[in-house]
Amino acid sequence: MWNIIEQIFPYAVMYTIPLLITGLGGLFSERSGVVNIGLEGLMVVGAFTGALVTSMIHSAMPYHPAAVWIGLLAAFVSGVAFSLLHAFASINLSANQVISGTAINMLAAALTVFLARNITGSGKIQTQGLRSFDVPILSDIPVIGKLLFTKTYMTTWIVLLIVLLSAFVLGKTAFGLRLKACGEHPHAAEAAGINVRLMRYIGVMISGGLSALGGSIYIATISGEASGSVAGLGFLALAALIFGQWKPLGILAATLFFGFASTIANVSQVIPSLAVVPPILLKVFPYVVTLIALVLFSKSSRAPKAAGEAFDSGKR
Amino acid sequence: MRVAVVSLLAILFGLLAGGVLMAATGHNPFEGYRYLFEGGLKNPERIGNTIATGTPLIFTGLAVAFAFRTGLFNIGVAGQMLFGGLCATAVGLNLDAPRPILLLVMIAAAFLGGALWAVVPGFLKAKYNVHEVVSSIMMNWIAYWTVYYAVPAYFKGTYLETESQILPAAATLRDPFISGLFGGSYINMGLYIAVLAVIVVAFIMNKTTIGYELKAVGFNRHTAEYAGIAVNRSIVLSMAISGGLGGLGGMAQYAGNANNMQIGVLPSQGFDGIAVALLGASAPIGVMLAAVFFGLLYSGKGFMSAMTEVPPEIADSIIAIIIYFAATSILMERLVSWLIKRRKGQRSKPEEQQPAPPPGETSGKKEGLYDVEHH
Repeated sequence: MWNIIEQIFPYAVMYTIPLLITGLGGLFSERSGVVNIGLEGLMVVGAFTGALVTSMIHSAMPYHPAAVWIGLLAAFVSGVAFSLLHAFASINLSANQVISGTAINMLAAALTVFLARNITGSGKIQTQGLRSFDVPILSDIPVIGKLLFTKTYMTTWIVLLIVLLSAFVLGKTAFGLRLKACGEHPHAAEAAGINVRLMRYIGVMISGGLSALGGSIYIATISGEASGSVAGLGFLALAALIFGQWKPLGILAATLFFGFASTIANVSQVIPSLAVVPPILLKVFPYVVTLIALVLFSKSSRAPKAAGEAFDSGKR
Repeated sequence: MRVAVVSLLAILFGLLAGGVLMAATGHNPFEGYRYLFEGGLKNPERIGNTIATGTPLIFTGLAVAFAFRTGLFNIGVAGQMLFGGLCATAVGLNLDAPRPILLLVMIAAAFLGGALWAVVPGFLKAKYNVHEVVSSIMMNWIAYWTVYYAVPAYFKGTYLETESQILPAAATLRDPFISGLFGGSYINMGLYIAVLAVIVVAFIMNKTTIGYELKAVGFNRHTAEYAGIAVNRSIVLSMAISGGLGGLGGMAQYAGNANNMQIGVLPSQGFDGIAVALLGASAPIGVMLAAVFFGLLYSGKGFMSAMTEVPPEIADSIIAIIIYFAATSILMERLVSWLIKRRKGQRSKPEEQQPAPPPGETSGKKEGLYDVEHH
């Protein structure tokens, strides 16, 4: 049994990371008061941009190690830019944020395949991904060394760093508290001199950048090709955001949970001792758990109070 | 009238943006659009295919529109299509009965399956105030994985693991009469059911007490409650009917346009239904027109990409852009108001125009997505 856990742990972590960073992105947007159903689409945009930039650099300079990193950076920038569509609709035009987010999802899926067909002819962009490595020294620690420090990706450590940084920014800095105020009580925030629209723009743009980063990490570590879809990971991240009750460390726990469930479902057919659990139960597990969490927390939900509401400073 | 102008402007801007997209990627937009529309309208067969492609969209559009009118956002139509389609497929493959009875049972199964899938979010909303958007997204993925594992386990196709067994011809909506009328197109009885659904939904919404109550809940939940309407019951009922329509959309797709189900696909028609409902201003007739228009874009795109270098995804891009413009309809409203004012020559005083509330939003208190108590 322990052997199996040791085997699947690196894969579970690998699967968790794109979810984690995307859920964290959603956190910034929703905490500022803008619901972002478009996480999936923003991931798709990041996946496309990351794969495109990486493969372009590779075709000019084969096997250049910096290509993937430039791709990830480009993905981040593209996500920020694409999320402006959602920000403009939700913040300036008081659009229904769910419809705008749905439009983002559909537009990202259609547009990236459209562009990919123009570029490669097939609608898919293949790319070389990152390589996993064993952390020197640390991987020799008994028990946890095998679990945490073998077959890791550099992106994993960067994402974990971003999570800790975000927890600090949201919990301890003036910026973070202002951002959350805009999602809880925008009118009070405005009365206190905070530029609510600006804060919400920043929240949505961070969510765009981080989700796109998540999408491109998915390409660089798991899938290897951008095809206009990230297999519903964006919606899973949204579920993790709710299950994690809009807190950075809550999201970390929720995504790890979901990452494990999905990995076990994926490998259960080849590992006999896991084959007793029907894979369908493991696959629907995150969604059912989220539904149950929504019911359990319905009385004491920590959801940002003003999320989904258009801000109108003249309303009261 | 005004809503129609806004919808037409959204379509116009969507097509313009699509043209810009084609031009920016080095294609001739005029040629592209010519073949796109020719591909959907050139001969009776193509017209038939256009209508057939639009048929599931009529159901999904009606589903979203029906929930909209009760102030609910049913984003889970894709899952309702899948589960309704799965139920219909199960009946179609296993029930041995004369064709009329078989089809009626399949239709009932599709409706009930879709309704069941939507009642869950409806119940959670009514009883625990869980927002239906989040719970229906979860239900979408539960349906996705249910189909993913149920089809290979119980309805495995003859050749492929990834699709269900082909339905016998008697268990599909195929109809040689209307197909022959449109030069051998795959148009089928789904259209009759769709038109019937449009009429029934229009009747329920406009002529019955239930429809009145559902709309009252949509306008203002609290006022409706004060007036003695059972709000919670209305929410569950509205989701059930909406989901049932989504399930029928699954029947029209998987036992009408196609004759089996693929696994690993969340049907795009479910999400297109949102666009259809928005463009059709949540009115049954508007939904039907919008659905056929989208059917035209989808059925013409194959011909276009065969005749030109334009990738077929341009149609999907145009639809997504139209949804975006429909979501930002306040922009259109301002444009229309500005045009009207300019014609009247009253440009001197820029006055803030109050836009009509978009469909699906209660005109009373605006509620956040997660429905936390406001103080």
